[in-house]
Amino acid sequence: METAVFIVCALIVLAGAIGVVMSRNPVHAALSLVATLFGIAVLFLNLGAQLLAVVQVIVYTGAIVVLILFVLMLLGVDEDEDLDAEPIVGQRILAVLVGLLLAGAVLAVIILGKDAAVTGAHSATEAISPSIANIVQIGRQLFTTYVFPLELTAGLLTIAVVGAVVLSRRPKDLQPIPEPESMTELGDDPLTTIPEEAAH
Amino acid sequence: MVSLLWLIPALPLAGFLLLLLLGKRIGEPFAGWIGTATVAGSFVTALVVFAGLWNEPEHTYSLKLFEWMPAGKFSVDIGFLLDPLSMAMILFITGIAALIHLYSIGYMHGDSRFPRFFTYLNLFVFSMLMLVMGDNLVLTFLGWEGVGACSYFLISFWFEKDANASAGKKAFITNRVGDWGFMVGTFATFFAFGTVKYVEFLPKASGLAQTTATFIVLMLFIGAMGKSAQIPLFIWLPDAMAGPTPVSALIHAATMVTAGVYLMVRVNPIIAASASWLPWVIAGIGVATAFLAATIAIAQTDIKKVLAYSTVSQLGYMFLAVGVGGYSAAIFHMITHAFFKACMFLGSGSVIHGMDDEQDMRRMGALRKVMPITAITFIIGWLAIAGVPPFSGFWSKDDILAYALHKSVVLYVIGLITALLTAFYMSRQVFMVFFGKANWGESHEAELANKIAHETSTVDGDTAADADSHDDAHAGHGAHAGHGVHPHESPRTMTIPLIVLAFFAAIAGALNLPFTEKLEFLNRWLEPVVGATQTQLHLSGSQLAIELVTSSVIALLGIAIAYGVYLKHKVDARRIELPLFANGWYIDSTITNFMGGLGRKGFELIAMFDKVVIDGAVNGVARATRGGAMRLRTVQSGYVRWYALMIGVGAVVVVAFVLSQVSFS
Amino acid sequence: MSPNLPLAYLALSAILFAIGGVGLLVRRNPLVMIMCVELMLNAVNLTFVTFGKMLDDISGQVIVFFVMVVAAAEVVIGLALIVAMARRRPEANADDLRLLRG
Repeated sequence: METAVFIVCALIVLAGAIGVVMSRNPVHAALSLVATLFGIAVLFLNLGAQLLAVVQVIVYTGAIVVLILFVLMLLGVDEDEDLDAEPIVGQRILAVLVGLLLAGAVLAVIILGKDAAVTGAHSATEAISPSIANIVQIGRQLFTTYVFPLELTAGLLTIAVVGAVVLSRRPKDLQPIPEPESMTELGDDPLTTIPEEAAH
Repeated sequence: MVSLLWLIPALPLAGFLLLLLLGKRIGEPFAGWIGTATVAGSFVTALVVFAGLWNEPEHTYSLKLFEWMPAGKFSVDIGFLLDPLSMAMILFITGIAALIHLYSIGYMHGDSRFPRFFTYLNLFVFSMLMLVMGDNLVLTFLGWEGVGACSYFLISFWFEKDANASAGKKAFITNRVGDWGFMVGTFATFFAFGTVKYVEFLPKASGLAQTTATFIVLMLFIGAMGKSAQIPLFIWLPDAMAGPTPVSALIHAATMVTAGVYLMVRVNPIIAASASWLPWVIAGIGVATAFLAATIAIAQTDIKKVLAYSTVSQLGYMFLAVGVGGYSAAIFHMITHAFFKACMFLGSGSVIHGMDDEQDMRRMGALRKVMPITAITFIIGWLAIAGVPPFSGFWSKDDILAYALHKSVVLYVIGLITALLTAFYMSRQVFMVFFGKANWGESHEAELANKIAHETSTVDGDTAADADSHDDAHAGHGAHAGHGVHPHESPRTMTIPLIVLAFFAAIAGALNLPFTEKLEFLNRWLEPVVGATQTQLHLSGSQLAIELVTSSVIALLGIAIAYGVYLKHKVDARRIELPLFANGWYIDSTITNFMGGLGRKGFELIAMFDKVVIDGAVNGVARATRGGAMRLRTVQSGYVRWYALMIGVGAVVVVAFVLSQVSFS
Repeated sequence: MSPNLPLAYLALSAILFAIGGVGLLVRRNPLVMIMCVELMLNAVNLTFVTFGKMLDDISGQVIVFFVMVVAAAEVVIGLALIVAMARRRPEANADDLRLLRG
């Protein structure tokens, strides 16, 4: 049963992820992201992390993706992106290569190493207990072992909120910057144009 | 109560920071009152701590605030060592500093940089307290450099005048020579003991090899010579009088210049462990400085220069005391000197203030009628420094001379001659300024100008000194005295400190009266610090009486000679004020000539080396970097995604490396 | 639960991470790039929870909380930057930011 759930969810997660990367329309990408996040939430449940599954749905799908969608609507930048053209020479090939190598390396470790791939002390902080509620265990750790990081997150969030307000405030003298002429010059084949530029 | 210790330096520091940030906005006179209040607060705290210190074992208490520089086994703390020695220093530093802050409110009135002055003064007090309270050599050095920097700031406080700016530089550079000695001494201490903490290394000093101990003391003594203006590094102190007079009183008479004496007394166990010729060197340099400076002081015409050379001379006495093993006598003289010299400096400031920035004593005279408070306080200071019983200077100087006699008759005799000279030149000053006939005002002006012009043409080099004194003119108060000077008494903020200081200058001798053991408060108080190494003096009643009478006679003789020369005009003053003395034994000009001639050649050679070899290496590295960068900059395309890709490539490389190191079995 | 199932979770997150990374490198719309970063963060989260299960330690799940906080902060700032950028130049993408190059 567990294996079946995993297989289904893994397919949804991967399909969603590919959807995010491949969709021309950003709105479609966001919706694919929702699929992935839901899939991961179910996987969390499967792994016995009930609280995280709930938080995943509420925070990620409920807040973050909705926020992204809001910004999409606000800015009206939901027109399709041209995925056929790639301005940077070799970027796409190298990117895929890097992705394959990274995934391949980790997969190699997992396949070759089996369980020995994961090292470390067992139950270093607190063992997962079937009799105590998941939320109780997490809460206890948050407020004992991890109390300082927890306090720091408060500062981090405050800074983020202040930063967001400052960054997105509309300046009084806001004017769209005119398109510089160099834009078109630089646009096409930048890696080859740069040495010329260095002469300036 | 003792744990309030940290508050003593913290208050001036807080005052400094406050004035630094808000000084301009606070403005005059509140900036001055804030500065005064913080230092007065730390004086009150010092009194409280002093009361608490009585209950501590051996009157010693240390407080570690935090670890400053941990480096393996070596560690330097920000920690305070409170013992009888540092307590005595703290008390008189904060006390006198508070009075001088108060005085400065009046003196600096109308100056365009009034708040800045108090900013520096507060920083100075803080640094000085760190110097005496630090529980290790490095922290002391921090304070040492801090007071040096403040001294530099304050000497060239009126930096619009070139002479003031260069006087500041002279002081700073001369001090650097001494600082080198201090640093080497600190390194040697660490090398020998593995620690720089006083409480850790001082008790172990007796087990030290004699050569090592000698080297350490010699190096620290070079540092002390720079800070405390001893031969040959005394040349900066007279020029330091370019600063505002309260600065001269606080830094260049009462506190900072005594730091060298403090350092020597602090390391007394190491002096005890060093070679037997070393105390002779210290005593010799001390007594030579005392004598030389006293002769120079005879022929000075600038009211502040006389006091400056007198300070150098008195510091020489203190080193004499250190050299002959009379540590408590050195501290005793340091304290009494702080009172009477600060009193006289502030008095001279009051005169300068009242005379509209005139510093030439030949243009003064008979001022006791118009400036009664200044005159009376100054006269008390004069009697103290001249060594007239029962004023404080008599007791402390005699204490030193008693120790000197115990060591050697030669030292004692030179000390006595210096005492005679001291009484003479100080009397000369008092008579020229406060007695005799008034040389100011319109009628005297022309006559005197002629006389001075005549003198400067005959006495070569006096022009420079004369020009100097005019350069010192007070920026806030406008021009030179000129015609129609109307001397007037100074405001109350200035006279109150004078009265307090004069009071203590008169009675401070009671700290350490030599008659019975019971009366030697300071001796007994300093017992835990210097008791083990101090020369033990047991004078019989008749010996004591002879010494005291000799000193008194010498002092009165000096005053009498000055009376004959300067008030009765029995001898022409010019026969005593030799050009050799007026020009400071030509030491300054010799150094200038050397630096300009032979020395310069050497420096040019070094500069050449610097240009070719060192600059060459530096420029070569820069050129190589630039060339490489020109090629590498093409990688910086500006595309965020390209950068991200590079991160990815890097990640792959790292993972590949890790994988290559792992074996799967 | 089959013994190799945790390893399958790890493999899944490795693949997810790589997909997110590739997406970040090839897409030019900053919003989509942020989504790709979210994919990568989720892959890491999944790894943490799996590790926590394999090592029988609740900390694996606690760490995920912190990752989520950081992710939330990152999204907020990122979106604010995008809004600020779009105000000046509505049709700009990530590559156009190279004009900021010194």
